[in-house]
Amino acid sequence: MWAPDPVARARELSDAALAGDRRALARLLTAVEDRSTIAEAALRTLYPLAGRAHLVGITGAPGAGKSTLVAAMIGELRSRGRSVAVVAVDPSSPITGGALLGDRVRMQAYASDLDVFIRSMAARGHAGGLAATSATAAAVLDACGFDLVLLETVGTGQSEVEVAATADTTVVLEAPEMGDEVQAIKAGLLEVADIVVVNKADRPGAQRTASQLRAMLVAVARVGATPDPRPRPKQPEVLVTTATTGEGVVELIASLDRHRAALVAAAVGGSVSAARLTRAAAQVRAILAERVWSQLDSPERRAATNDILQAVAAHELDPFAAVERLVKSLPR
Amino acid sequence: MTDRPIKVLIAKPGLDGHDRGAKVLARGLRDEGFEVVYTGLRQTPEMVATAALQEDVDVVGLSILSGAHMTLVPRVCRLLADTGLDDVLVVVGGIIPDDDAAALRATGVSGTFGPGTTIGEVAEFLRANVRPRD
Repeated sequence: MWAPDPVARARELSDAALAGDRRALARLLTAVEDRSTIAEAALRTLYPLAGRAHLVGITGAPGAGKSTLVAAMIGELRSRGRSVAVVAVDPSSPITGGALLGDRVRMQAYASDLDVFIRSMAARGHAGGLAATSATAAAVLDACGFDLVLLETVGTGQSEVEVAATADTTVVLEAPEMGDEVQAIKAGLLEVADIVVVNKADRPGAQRTASQLRAMLVAVARVGATPDPRPRPKQPEVLVTTATTGEGVVELIASLDRHRAALVAAAVGGSVSAARLTRAAAQVRAILAERVWSQLDSPERRAATNDILQAVAAHELDPFAAVERLVKSLPR
Repeated sequence: MTDRPIKVLIAKPGLDGHDRGAKVLARGLRDEGFEVVYTGLRQTPEMVATAALQEDVDVVGLSILSGAHMTLVPRVCRLLADTGLDDVLVVVGGIIPDDDAAALRATGVSGTFGPGTTIGEVAEFLRANVRPRD
């Protein structure tokens, strides 16, 4: 089955994956993760077919219950006959490059269901909560016809907001008593939430945390409700769930559907939603940066590039001047 | 695809609840630079095969301490073969008597590791035996 020509191999894999072959899909996702030429060739076919799935980002602190909530969401979505793919990202070791991908532990109940596809990804050194290739992986799953693609980030802190540029709808998970009202008015992760979920509602303080979040997030957004061209914070819905029992998950799915419907309505007239334009820009920018860097790091330029880096390290050259020189060294 | 990390599934099929060894190995292989998917306790052979397929792993590592290896391992191997995953390396850890180890090898298992095996030995074995991919 091995075809040496990447274009032929890409066609073979994408044709099979589009026809429902899960092994071919898994192979394609590996090609995406490895940034191989096969993946690049396959995307020529697959990317135009993507854009139909609802991409939902699930983010929040380690242990907030992201994987358990994803498992509960899969159950609820499947009971409505919707197909679900999951991309679950866990961190890579900055020292060895190894990773322990443990999100699947909570999601193993769907092994015999062909309309559920779960893929773990190591972040491979990419900061921001996702792997560099997560958005592309989501596009491949989207093209293969999954109704929803859930992107579960690594356990995040306050500023890993990349998922918001990748997903249509961003769900930020909080645990009860994770902080006071001042935490809720800090900039960052909570600001990019379309939906805030206070999970572990069976623990004391969940309702109180939810009311505090509602008060701070919603009230702040309303202050600037006058017409104003500046970007305004979102006004997220604040929900309460117990992922282990599934309580509140029906409401979460309803909230996701409302947000999706609003996006679709907003996109009528304009051709694409602002969120999708942001996503396109982020993806193209990332690939562009990578391409430029790989040129500078090519065997014929590596020595010259290293000289400039050495000069910066030795404080003989400032980083801005270094970039100017590097950009000039690129072929026109 | 030379410096791609080797992706390993560590699973505990069957009903025994002793997962310390599996967790130590998962952590140890992480430190050896592997990408380790850990699926936890009480996995059915179907769960193991589905996870191996969706994750596109290079290696399936099964940890069994219950004595049920002669029932569970051949089932996992057969399911893997049925789904076209015959290029995945299957290894087993636990209490496996020598006679059983030989029999398991005949069903598609590449290596068995008993008590006293070091993480380094497992890592070395996997690096040496993992099958090349396109």
